Amino acid sequence: MNDAAERKLAISHMWVAFAAFIVACLLGEYQVIERSGFFPALDSNSVYFASVSTHGVLMAFVLTTFFIMGFGYYIATTTLKQPVWNKQLAWIGFWVALTGVVLAAIPLLTGKASVLYTFYPPIVAHASFYIGATLLVVGSWVWCVIMLVMFSQWKKANPGQAVPLAMFATAANAMLWLWTSAGVALEVLFQLIPLSLGWIDTIDPGLARTLFAWTLHPIVYFWLIPAYTAYYVFVPKQAGGYLFSEEMARLAFIVLAVFALPIGFHHLYMDPEQAKGWKLLHAIGTFVVALPTLVTGFTVIASLEIAGRLRGGKGLFGWIGKLPWTNPMTLAVILSLLMLIFGGFGGIVNASYAMNAMVHNTAWVSGHFHLIFAGTTIIMYFAIAYYLWPLLVGKPLFSRTMALVQLWTWFIGMTILTTPWHVLGLLGQPRRISSVVYNNLLTLSWKPYELMMIFGGLILLGSACALIYNLVKTQLAPTTENFSEQIEFAEPLRPVTALPEHLNDLKLWNKIIAVLMAISFGYPILQFFFMETFGSNGWGY
Amino acid sequence: MQSDSPKPTTKECLLGLCASLRTIHIDPLEKKWITFSLLIIGLFVGIITLDALFHGVNPPSKVETIDSARLHLSEEFAEDKLGVSVDGAGNVIVRMVAGRYAFMPKHISVPAGTPLTFRWVSMDVLHGVHIPMTNMSTMIVPGYVAEVTTTFPTPGEYPLICNEYCGLGHNHMWSNISVVAKENWSALATVKGGSNNE
Repeated sequence: MNDAAERKLAISHMWVAFAAFIVACLLGEYQVIERSGFFPALDSNSVYFASVSTHGVLMAFVLTTFFIMGFGYYIATTTLKQPVWNKQLAWIGFWVALTGVVLAAIPLLTGKASVLYTFYPPIVAHASFYIGATLLVVGSWVWCVIMLVMFSQWKKANPGQAVPLAMFATAANAMLWLWTSAGVALEVLFQLIPLSLGWIDTIDPGLARTLFAWTLHPIVYFWLIPAYTAYYVFVPKQAGGYLFSEEMARLAFIVLAVFALPIGFHHLYMDPEQAKGWKLLHAIGTFVVALPTLVTGFTVIASLEIAGRLRGGKGLFGWIGKLPWTNPMTLAVILSLLMLIFGGFGGIVNASYAMNAMVHNTAWVSGHFHLIFAGTTIIMYFAIAYYLWPLLVGKPLFSRTMALVQLWTWFIGMTILTTPWHVLGLLGQPRRISSVVYNNLLTLSWKPYELMMIFGGLILLGSACALIYNLVKTQLAPTTENFSEQIEFAEPLRPVTALPEHLNDLKLWNKIIAVLMAISFGYPILQFFFMETFGSNGWGY
Repeated sequence: MQSDSPKPTTKECLLGLCASLRTIHIDPLEKKWITFSLLIIGLFVGIITLDALFHGVNPPSKVETIDSARLHLSEEFAEDKLGVSVDGAGNVIVRMVAGRYAFMPKHISVPAGTPLTFRWVSMDVLHGVHIPMTNMSTMIVPGYVAEVTTTFPTPGEYPLICNEYCGLGHNHMWSNISVVAKENWSALATVKGGSNNE
């Protein structure tokens, strides 16, 4: 099959993603330097918060959404062995999303939208920021529709056959994202855009925060699922072994998609507008969603062990040394899992209901999500890029050594950045401050950690540059005639013979999500219409 | 799993789901791991739930609304009512207003080893407040009263820090709180129900 059009579609999305990424990395390093206060000439509240807002939007919304879309298109066409359905529509989605990014970037970069990527009403940004963010989401909905149409068309054409695992995960992610984005879409369409355009005078920040919390947890799994997909479908093969259990992989994706949604109130533990019973319900759900991650850890490590033993590893730990550490995908998964262990530990602290009071809105939280998102998740995006770039451009990777150095330095840099960040949080430092001006001795203990973070950020910036350089050099290399690599998916240890229909379909799970969402968000949203509430008018910043 | 009847009921659907999930092959070792994982999760959830239900360990969650634009006209949060007071039942209540970029009153003294009920309101945008090394932490959402009850065991000077982005001057939003030994504090709280602004 000639998939040149699909490859162009995928790589266009991914270049937008990585362009956003490198800009955001530069901003990140500026932020740790400004925040430390070691360079008084750099101190500027307005530049700092414009930078933080842009950094957050580029990393969390642009890098992720475009990467996931590009990855999904290529996974769909390679696993289902058919062209992307309605490529014209896919390109429309791309341009709508890109237009949205530009519309949001203009106010962000000119300091007209310094409201951070989490919006924080009743502070109001320029309307163009909200409209741009909406278009980005609308573009991603186009992707969701295409993924789900291809999924169901293939199922119809191949009755009784198992949908390839990678496509199953991608379709589950598309379903997850449609549910996830609904919360923030309601907030932006009915509250933020009307307020910013002056159509309404007041909004209820309590309702806005509840709607945002709907989105805020599952969006993390939207970002994470491509990384987990690589864990399951690329890693075992690249390491030289087999996937330990395909059924458990499917089950993990399903539980992730279903239980990621009804648990967003762990972002509202410290909020006054929701009652404790609802918070406790969401807390329990938050612990349940740890299960698929624990299962994933087991399955992936078991798959790695199979590979290590097939390569001659002996004894309890001997297989670890025998793994192909010079294969970027294998190295990335090891580093990713290491960061997942520590990040997951911190996440359990955050999730622990009333205990959250000790770390809420402190630097600990920024440390936590950088470890899980920028560490665990993004390092797999790198590995996917190193694996797919040669296939997408039809040329070998420019430098595998540089890729390995890049992955190691990203891991080291992230460790140096996030460890002091966690400590600062425990020492009481709030997140989202541009300088430390508190007249208190406690703040003296913060200084050495802020210095460490500057070095962590520098290593990360260098690492990010190496990634972009490697990808550009790969693409610009002269065409070679004899490049014939094909995408390879891992095979399960035990071939899947009889797959229960529910592990091959999403309809029932979609209904279960609807019920769970009605239970966990129904009353908490409706209460704002039943009780006497007082709206807030918009504020500048 | 194909059902013969054209419209299976919800119960049939769920039974079918359970039946089909039982047919999945799961490696015995993985079964052990899943059991172990469920036990760990059960332990955490159990501790949290028991603490919440029987020891009252909950995050601040009193859903109480207030008009943030009219605080100065309200019974409770008018300027002369702010700060530390002792109510008729002897409970120490701390009423605080958060606004860009300060907590009002600017400085308060509270007794150590005594349950304190903080009542926080915002007069403008979203704020958050925490006192490092304590579990006094809450979001302050305009339109709502955030109520936290806690006890500070150790006397000392603590910063009181805004931890939610509220505008470009956000990092300048802080004040200090003195936690003084109980016996020394009683002298300060001269007027029953009066304020303790310094």
